[in-house]
Amino acid sequence: MFESFDALILARAQFAFTVMFHIIFPAFSIGLASYLMVLEGMWLKTNNAVYLNLFKYWRKIFAVAFGMGVVSGIVMSYQFGTNWSVFSDKAGPVIGPLMAYEVLTAFFLEAGFLGVMLFGMGRVSKALHFTATVMVAFGTLLSATWILSVNSWMQTPAGYGINDVGQFVPEDWMAIIFNPSFPYRLVHMVLAAYLTTAFVVGAVGAWHLLRDRTNAEARKMFSMAMWMAAIVAPIQVVAGDFHGINTLEHQPVKVMAMEGHYESHPDGAPLYLFGIPNEEEQRLDYAVGIPKASSLILKHDLNAPLAGLDTVPDELQPPVGIVFWSFRIMVGLGTLMVLVGAVSLFLRWRGRLYDAPLFHRAAVAMGPAGFVAVLAGWVTTEVGRQPYTIYGLLTTSDSLAPVAPPAVAASFLAFVVVYFALFGFGTLYILKMMNKPPGSLEPLDEGPTRTAGTTGLASLRPDALPAE
Amino acid sequence: MFDLPTIWAGLLALAIFIYVILDGFDLGIGIVFPFLSSDKDRDTAMNSVAPVWDGNETWLVLGGGGLMAAFPLAYAIVMPALYAPFIIMILALVFRGVAFEYRWRDKAHEKIWDRSFFFGSLIATFCQGIVLGAFVQGIEVNGRAYGGGWWDWLTPFTVTCGIALTAGYALLGTTWLVLKTEGDLRDQAYRLARITALATLVFVGVVSLWTPFLSPEIAERWFTFPNLLFVMPVPTLTAILAAILGWSLLTKRDQVPFPTTIGLFALCFAGLGIGIAPYIVPRAITIQEAAAPDASLSFMLVGAAILLPLIIAYTAYSYWVFRGKVDPEAGYH
Repeated sequence: MFESFDALILARAQFAFTVMFHIIFPAFSIGLASYLMVLEGMWLKTNNAVYLNLFKYWRKIFAVAFGMGVVSGIVMSYQFGTNWSVFSDKAGPVIGPLMAYEVLTAFFLEAGFLGVMLFGMGRVSKALHFTATVMVAFGTLLSATWILSVNSWMQTPAGYGINDVGQFVPEDWMAIIFNPSFPYRLVHMVLAAYLTTAFVVGAVGAWHLLRDRTNAEARKMFSMAMWMAAIVAPIQVVAGDFHGINTLEHQPVKVMAMEGHYESHPDGAPLYLFGIPNEEEQRLDYAVGIPKASSLILKHDLNAPLAGLDTVPDELQPPVGIVFWSFRIMVGLGTLMVLVGAVSLFLRWRGRLYDAPLFHRAAVAMGPAGFVAVLAGWVTTEVGRQPYTIYGLLTTSDSLAPVAPPAVAASFLAFVVVYFALFGFGTLYILKMMNKPPGSLEPLDEGPTRTAGTTGLASLRPDALPAE
Repeated sequence: MFDLPTIWAGLLALAIFIYVILDGFDLGIGIVFPFLSSDKDRDTAMNSVAPVWDGNETWLVLGGGGLMAAFPLAYAIVMPALYAPFIIMILALVFRGVAFEYRWRDKAHEKIWDRSFFFGSLIATFCQGIVLGAFVQGIEVNGRAYGGGWWDWLTPFTVTCGIALTAGYALLGTTWLVLKTEGDLRDQAYRLARITALATLVFVGVVSLWTPFLSPEIAERWFTFPNLLFVMPVPTLTAILAAILGWSLLTKRDQVPFPTTIGLFALCFAGLGIGIAPYIVPRAITIQEAAAPDASLSFMLVGAAILLPLIIAYTAYSYWVFRGKVDPEAGYH
């Protein structure tokens, strides 16, 4: 039944599916690890139990999200070989060492100290426990750094040579690691992870404020999250702009697709807000745009010329429709985030931050916004660099492993079924944990602080879900 | 002799060995999970590995990532050759990995997650055994790619390796429980360890005798003079350690069986090395042929030389924090 499918399409679908599922967990755990570090640090500094309660509350959620990130990440590290073996053979000498450094510096750091962070309170001193939390947070950031360097090298390759068997070989490691798009992509992604977490924390805080606006933990987390939204969302807009300008310099075709610029504009390109990309006719139908605004944003000059897709052969164009829309979803959500941050500042100034049910409802609705924006952003950049895996040098179709369509179809199907089932349960458990009011069951919930030998109430497992 | 590819082959072998030992005992606990008598015993068994399993599995990521980085050609040949067992292993690891958190979160479905933990651990282990067996029996290569069929990995030999590794991991898991638990659970672990020890020794014997018949090249290494003198310590030491294992399981010396089992694994590993070197894709591609350029290997070696000792140090520290018999009531849940 699978013979009619093309192994290339199936392998791409499988990679897209597994990596999109995977990125959800790191996007959340990068931000959450840093948040846990801040919470524990604030607790140690102020001795305010609200911070400790919040730390324990989010730590449990972190454990589940991190576990899902680990297991979905193992998939990625083997899929390069099983489905993209030609790419691995050719690019391995350059990107392999970067990924090895990710494992050596980041994964071990996270995993090694995670046990102490989750289970070690009471077994080690407060200072050591905090060190473990800091190491986990630091590890998540290091991991992001390396893998974004890898991804950026594939987008804007530098510092390489090509040997006689066609492999990319390293010539200048600094140029490889700090390739042209890496700093922009790293900043954009780390800020995105922080925003994602801020909006999740904000939504959970708002959810509990809607039920009980006196809950001290809910107030604290909502306030912290809204500070993040107010400060980081505008910074992200600026970072995104810089990233876009960098993309225009190195991958102009991607920007043409993002902007829907089928035709060239010699004196000022419009910013299309809406339109339906028509790939057959190579034009944007029903276009609604602001004249010259695209040139203003990308070139900081109203009349700057911008080339369009009419300068690019059809077979070297990415799928414009996907890129055009995913980019708009990301930008739209980013704009909403800035708005939420601004409203929170206004309400805070008026002393009504905890007393604004309508705003709290909006914050709950914005809870998943970060995830959607992160996925939309990645779709934009990954689909936008097609048809290449290594930009301008190695095409996606030349990267494929010699796998038979039935084998890829079967594995793709298995990943879809297993991921939806298992990570569906995981998401459900996380939502159930989030639904529990923060702080309510503390004293009882002293699991981690008991030392060996003391038995007690925790055997009741207060946070276990009641049997249904 | 000690050029960069050789050093990296050694480091990768070390990473894989550490993985086999560390994830071996927590996979092994999954394999014997349904044979423990009560829910409380299962809770304790799982708690004994909960703080360390993430770290254990990270060595598998290092194995995959390291192979791609240091020997990209071998990675590009071996992964498609073993497509099915690798994909199934990864999926099985997902099933067991999520069970660590899920079974505490959802008491109503605890049985489902217990099964997910058991079958995930069992299937992942069996697939690793298949991978090992398929690797030892040889992989067909065509140019710079895999040249064999989609079912080459499934032979009586690979299935036997799968069973042998399952028994071996179960032995690691049960001897770990002997080390880490007390009372009735420890006694159950002793009973299970005796069964799995016997199964492990029998299957390791079968695989060891079978391997030389896979290829005259392997047979020559084991059965000709003067190689014979050089390789003889491996079976001899194996016999000695097997005797120590049997004695310690019968006389209940809690501290002895786990390290002895690690010793047995080390000897099996050495035996495999004797059969495989200097190939990285057995009898097709050598370590030298598959190696990434020296610029890649030396760049990584700097990092590995600094970081591996650090990693081993803080991993050891983490084990030290959770040392001793595990408290059945503890756990952050």
